[in-house]
Amino acid sequence: MSDETVRLIEKTADDLFAAESETARAALAEGAWPERLWQTFAETGLAQAALPEEAGGAGVVAGLAVLRAAGRHAAPIPVAETMVGTLLCHAASIEAPAGPLSVHALPDGAGVGGVTTLPRVPWARFVSTVVVAAPGEGLASCKPVDIGEGANLAGEPRDDVTLAGPPDRFVSCPPEVDGFALMALARAAQLRGAMEHVLAMSVGYAQDRVQFGRPLARFQAIQHYLAEIAGEAAATGAAVDAAPQAGTPFAFAAAKSRASQAAGTVARLAHQVHGAIGYTAEHDLHIWTKRLWAWRDECGNEAHWWQVLGAETARGGGAALWPTMVAASGSAVEEAASGGAVEEAASGSAVEEAASGSAAVEEGGSP
Amino acid sequence: MTGFDFPPPAMPAGTDALRAEVRAFLADSQAALGWRPDSDFGSDWSASFSRSLGARGWIGMCWPKQYGGRERSALERYVVIEELLAAGAPVYAHWVADRQSGPLLLRFGGEEQRQAILPRIAAGECYFAIGMSEPDSGSDLASVRTRAERTADGWRIDGTKVWTSNAHRSQYMIALCRTGPAGESRHEGLSQFLIDLEADGVRVSPIVNLAGKHDFNECVFEDVTVPADRLIGQEGDGWRQVTGELALERSGPERILSTFHLFAVLVERAGPSPEPQLAEAIGRLTAELYALRAMSLAVAGQLEKGEFPEVEAAIVKDMGTRFEAEVVETLRRAVPLEPVAGGSANAPSLEAALGATVLGLPSFTLRGGTNEILRSIIARGLGVR
Repeated sequence: MSDETVRLIEKTADDLFAAESETARAALAEGAWPERLWQTFAETGLAQAALPEEAGGAGVVAGLAVLRAAGRHAAPIPVAETMVGTLLCHAASIEAPAGPLSVHALPDGAGVGGVTTLPRVPWARFVSTVVVAAPGEGLASCKPVDIGEGANLAGEPRDDVTLAGPPDRFVSCPPEVDGFALMALARAAQLRGAMEHVLAMSVGYAQDRVQFGRPLARFQAIQHYLAEIAGEAAATGAAVDAAPQAGTPFAFAAAKSRASQAAGTVARLAHQVHGAIGYTAEHDLHIWTKRLWAWRDECGNEAHWWQVLGAETARGGGAALWPTMVAASGSAVEEAASGGAVEEAASGSAVEEAASGSAAVEEGGSP
Repeated sequence: MTGFDFPPPAMPAGTDALRAEVRAFLADSQAALGWRPDSDFGSDWSASFSRSLGARGWIGMCWPKQYGGRERSALERYVVIEELLAAGAPVYAHWVADRQSGPLLLRFGGEEQRQAILPRIAAGECYFAIGMSEPDSGSDLASVRTRAERTADGWRIDGTKVWTSNAHRSQYMIALCRTGPAGESRHEGLSQFLIDLEADGVRVSPIVNLAGKHDFNECVFEDVTVPADRLIGQEGDGWRQVTGELALERSGPERILSTFHLFAVLVERAGPSPEPQLAEAIGRLTAELYALRAMSLAVAGQLEKGEFPEVEAAIVKDMGTRFEAEVVETLRRAVPLEPVAGGSANAPSLEAALGATVLGLPSFTLRGGTNEILRSIIARGLGVR
């Protein structure tokens, strides 16, 4: 998919979310489903953006661009969940249920077992279907029979769901298509968008607010805070942007952990720049900083993903560290003609896993 | 939109083969020349390594063939240099000439100098020092006082440069000198000159650093005469040229990989299945390096397209150098040991390697623009200041 197409899709999403999100947030705060925002979103086909071209989408890069825009405007509908649910159904060769979706994806090593309750399912009270993705078992579509309403720090629904019985009738899904990692990447893209907005608000505030006879932006300490926010947002963006090209589980883990790590720093410094007004309910800053604080802990926080990455890195050993880093970024290395260390490294388990993951995600919809 | 994007560049075809070629070369070279993997550019000065690299066509590799280059892309060069740094190869001798002095001469130098000097750089036998800082000009580079006065047939240079790495073992310096009034912007009246460090009137004396090493020098110029064609670029364009040069100096893999050797040591020491806490620490470094590498590569892609990503480069160096320090902090917490002085970063004992790196770290966030200057550049890029 060309850069131009992706830009157009992002622009469409950006315009839509910019126009509708504020009203929609007010509706959600009153307990109502933001129907108009959802309808416009659904009509434009943006929920299918992440699907491969042959399935009517524009690829993962386009999907991430939509999620970035959703984060930038704090769009209060299940953009990530519907997009990932749609992608998972496509990977499992089943038709995605109509309407908004939620996803309950389990991390590697966790089984669904005989559970009949699912904790903190995003948007559950408003969706038609919860797509349950369990490693090794595949996908199951579940209809909730009872819902205990809850929310994250930003007031987005996170409900405890009771099912009629344990999820059964699993449809097999390619084992490499990891729903938990896909949700993590999607949240990372939303975090990235939210950070961009927080940066823009902070720069704007620093330019407008005058103290000691000059704008805050003239104070070096403030300039350096803004630079640090920009750096954290940029590192998050780079890690998210690199993920589709790499297509490896390693890359998804790096993206979410970097995003979660950045979120805390960005929120802290943005509040420091804004002073007391930013701590009020009246000022909009909290709409985004609460999302940063909520999303960083969802779909695996940075410690979770660091452990995943660290375990994989350690498995390869010191000699394989560099080849692993390079392979994880999606540029596989041909075996060197000579040099024992290099050959050993290139055939190490981490590299092989990364390479197989790359093939897998292409199948799952990488452009 | 506020903020900066680092779009992943499309790597040229054959990149993987080139990478494999470099790795094979390094394995052979290590056996033949007996170097040990090192941190921080491989701080060993090895002219023989530089010459062997030049023979492979991996110095000045993006330059036109007529000047000894190979006309490869900036991204291919990126692949080569990141492999060299990750392997801890002794690239120090030719580094400055390859990275910034050569490209500067190629862009702004006189034809005679280009023909005379660039092929020697590319062969790995001609080395450069950077003449920017002075006793009263550190971060405030616009305040340089070294003067170049016009003479009948050239220029006469007087002044003092400090913190000049490797002036005692390089053939040339490119010096930023004052040739006219600073003007209101303070950026006018500066020009760059190519100075032969063997010339009469040049006095180079060591400034030993806190680790006891001799990299820095003080270079005093007393009535040093240089021919007219040693002015690089246009008279008065020095500030613009220097800024461009510094952008090249800020975003490369050398700003994220200076302590990579110790990261590999940490992973090796941790063993194949470390405790969760150590795995987490390793994972944190892994994620950071992954993101930084993506950013650094993106800047290389922007440079390749002829863009001038000054702010993006500043972000890479600010964050990259802090990551380099974090590697050391993580290692010393994870593998309790006491660093010892007097070794080098490639010392066989980890205590000595760690000691040398701990003593080297303060320079990482100073050289090529302090992190505070970098953050001011980033802030300006955000539209504030």
